[in-house]
Amino acid sequence: MSPTPELTREFVDADVAPNADEFDRAERLPESLLKQVGSLGLWAPFLPEAVGGSGTDYVTVGRIHTEIGRGCSGLRSMLTVHGMVSWSVNRWGTDEQKDRWLPELASGATFGVFCLSEPDSSGSDSKAEGTLAEPDGDGWVLNGRKKWITGGQVADLMMVFARTGPGMSTFLVPRTAPGVEVTPVLGMMGTAASMIAEITFTDVKLGADALLGPRGWAAGTVMTGALDIGRYSVACGSLGIVQAALEASARYTAERSAGGMLLRDQPQLRAKISDMVTSRDAARLLCERAGRLKDADDPETIMATWIAKYHASTAATKAASDAVQIHGANGCSPDYPVARLYRDSKIMEIIEGSTELQQLTIADVAYREVSL
Amino acid sequence: MSDTARAELRQFIVGKFPQIELADDQDIFALGFVNSLFAMELVMFIEKTFSIRIPNDELKLDNFRSVDAMSELIARQSVTA
Repeated sequence: MSPTPELTREFVDADVAPNADEFDRAERLPESLLKQVGSLGLWAPFLPEAVGGSGTDYVTVGRIHTEIGRGCSGLRSMLTVHGMVSWSVNRWGTDEQKDRWLPELASGATFGVFCLSEPDSSGSDSKAEGTLAEPDGDGWVLNGRKKWITGGQVADLMMVFARTGPGMSTFLVPRTAPGVEVTPVLGMMGTAASMIAEITFTDVKLGADALLGPRGWAAGTVMTGALDIGRYSVACGSLGIVQAALEASARYTAERSAGGMLLRDQPQLRAKISDMVTSRDAARLLCERAGRLKDADDPETIMATWIAKYHASTAATKAASDAVQIHGANGCSPDYPVARLYRDSKIMEIIEGSTELQQLTIADVAYREVSL
Repeated sequence: MSDTARAELRQFIVGKFPQIELADDQDIFALGFVNSLFAMELVMFIEKTFSIRIPNDELKLDNFRSVDAMSELIARQSVTA
């Protein structure tokens, strides 16, 4: 059965959203929930049916990630990185790599993580790669350290970016390879349930078949392609945060009074909720445009995705902040979900291209339009 | 085919960077505006426009360095397709 946004919504309402604060406090997602995601076919539904996917189009994948993001950004982050790895193997993998990994990635039997960021460089500064892969016989030997790896604590397959001479290449590294060490990163401000880790690679020996995509030009191919898929997921997940903030605020203001007046009738609070509705609708349109361009293999999807992520992530921080404000002291307590939304939303402005990087990049559109 | 490919490539590149005057043998990487985002856009554009899938061993900077190089890449892949 192909996953749909409607079925995902039911799953989120029943099993994800009601428990998201608990996942956040525990800083992990239960194994049973991850298995449920697999049984619903949500891990990588865009993969072809021949390998166990559903061939789901990207507009629909985006709607699914919005629903998951509405319930729990920690879980949505897991879908994001797993989707990036699954997409990359499907797009750049050899026939042998596809046969080996795609069926397990489609089912979730193998959980994939994206290893780009390093302790001494930002994820956006991909030129600062310190991890090194050197030729070793027919294969490679890998040394380096990666940080802020979403899902790293439960990773089965790591997609690792490393310098190979003057350029950068991508490698598929099983968690079980000797020399791989995983250290949990705890106490994160947001998406705390996404089981982030630091991963060290010490003299990890890899076969020739570990190389994914072109040697020495991951920056213009695998990395950019995977980040585009991740950025799309984060944009759609951010839209989910806006929706969650809106729903929480509407419920709260409809039921609570102050000074003899329902909060829903307070003009200042109505203005905040109006802003949420407007930014939600705009984010949805931008995400769906990016998704349609992906489905058409149109290169314009890359910039459209930057724009969608820029708007949706900044809309999420604004909506979550307003939602806390609307809830007052209650919004700062663990009794309502908006404090978690507030913390999670900030992460959306940092991952898969920071707000500042988007502000640096998107302006080019204007100069192209006026031919300058 | 080759002239058509060159024209389409020029149109795509100049559409992205209207300030440049582009010769077919010009090294676009030397112009300083090519980043990883544009490189990926180029790969997607070529694959979609010319209905080819560029194999991994052809995905190297030299094959995207100029309109001439990209045109030759397209011709090679069109033969094997």
